[in-house]
Amino acid sequence: MADEHGPLHVTGEVLATKKVGAYRLLTIAAPGIPQRFRAGNFVAVSVDGGRLARRPLWIHRVKEAGAFGATLDVVVKAVGPGTTWLAQRPVGARLEVTGPLGRPFALPREPVACVLVGDGHSAAPLFPLAERLRQRGCAVTLVVAGPDEAGLLSALEARRSARAVTVITGDGSVGVRGDVGTHIEGVLERADTDVVYAAGPLPMLRAVAAAAERRGSWSQVALETPMPCATGLCQGCPVPVVSQDGVSRLVRGCVDGPVIRGDRVDWEAIR
Amino acid sequence: MSRQPGPVMVASGCGGTGRELAAYADLVGLDFVTRSITLDPRAGGPAPRIAESPSGLVNAIGLQNPGLEHFLATELPWLVRAGAHVFVSIAGGSMGEYADLARRLSRAPGVAGIEINLGAPNQVGEGLFDVREPYHAASVVAAVRREFPADLPVLAKLRPDLTRVVEGARGAVDAGASAVVVGNSIPAAMPDGRPGGLSGPAIGPVSMRCLVEVVSALDNVDVIGAGGVSSVEDARRLLDLGASAVQIGTALLHDPTTVARVRAALTREEDTR
Repeated sequence: MADEHGPLHVTGEVLATKKVGAYRLLTIAAPGIPQRFRAGNFVAVSVDGGRLARRPLWIHRVKEAGAFGATLDVVVKAVGPGTTWLAQRPVGARLEVTGPLGRPFALPREPVACVLVGDGHSAAPLFPLAERLRQRGCAVTLVVAGPDEAGLLSALEARRSARAVTVITGDGSVGVRGDVGTHIEGVLERADTDVVYAAGPLPMLRAVAAAAERRGSWSQVALETPMPCATGLCQGCPVPVVSQDGVSRLVRGCVDGPVIRGDRVDWEAIR
Repeated sequence: MSRQPGPVMVASGCGGTGRELAAYADLVGLDFVTRSITLDPRAGGPAPRIAESPSGLVNAIGLQNPGLEHFLATELPWLVRAGAHVFVSIAGGSMGEYADLARRLSRAPGVAGIEINLGAPNQVGEGLFDVREPYHAASVVAAVRREFPADLPVLAKLRPDLTRVVEGARGAVDAGASAVVVGNSIPAAMPDGRPGGLSGPAIGPVSMRCLVEVVSALDNVDVIGAGGVSSVEDARRLLDLGASAVQIGTALLHDPTTVARVRAALTREEDTR
């Protein structure tokens, strides 16, 4: 039966909805889930219209609220009919929520220098991570990237969460122009980085993992694979990894991930 | 004679290794059919493996599984310890492989029964023994039955092909199957044209028709309904139509508590009968 650390399946309620750049931030009362949250976890949400696959959403923040108890903020990027429906949920709407799901970011034992790199809405899990790392005395550098200003998630808030912030936009509308790949080496160098955490699309994660590897830094990447069930039941989100013994095998993105060591991902085989 | 499974079972391929389901359902006494296990490990197909279609999912998992050896060493003991009634789904590339699987499983402690996967939607493409002819399917059942203890059930899971399902069920029972499972994902295509199997509420009425045909054609045969069951009402309907048990699969991917909820509701009904 459900243990006190495992995921829960509950009917949640939308308490607030807010536009954040190109994304939608939903504050949800989902009893029991916020208390179990660790940075890097996500929730799976059901959508309407006979669509059976779950929609995985990053948990951006958990809050100790008053009347509704603890709540969680999730970020929705509307890309298809399911996520568009989700983004339009009004206050008071009910949602079937499962979580917290997935392996969270592993925290360093020592107060080391950490660089957190997030692209677009995927930067969401890095903010609670930054908080945890700061509590542990780690020097935190945040890199927030996106195609343009609207595509950046919480860039302003980033300044509160980190010692140094680098903003990168594809069109150069804010921060430096370019993508993570072109700037990551310099950032890692300047921060004298020990550990790198990254969340975003595959090419960006690969670039970050490679840059970390070249420096001899540890990296952990939060992968976004489509997850039909998101709970580990269906084997629909295969991620190729190379284990310590050099053998390549498939793990499940939802329960064995989404956070995986960057040097373990088989970047050639992943798609 | 061991207990007959039911009224609710976890369908093959939708309960993970059991560990993941344990967060949402009490495994004690739960009839759990494993994903199909093959003699050798199988990596499965490339991503994407699952696509949404209206009220359904098309899957092309490709029978990914760790192979019998690893299953017997890790997944089976965990399930048995958790208290599940483990029905091991098996799939083979030849008649000999099915017999080997059954023989090895007959010696594995804690196995409650075998379910023979005779209805994979892409049987031939996946290198499985071709059982599209009911005669061949029956031969597989006979081969498994010979190697597996007579007091443990062998379930034959058939393809929901209306034109052959009665013949398939009769053949399986004559060959020694303890029960037939009527329903499976039905042959379909992924959006890029690769072969896959459609499951979920979309196929419910198809599975039900097959069940009705088999139940009315075969007397005194346990027929387990599967395919599109996602609620207490769905389950009750199949039981009322003569199913001895129902399997729940795809619904678990949408709501992992489905099995626990349906089981609790049906168990209450049995208690008050």
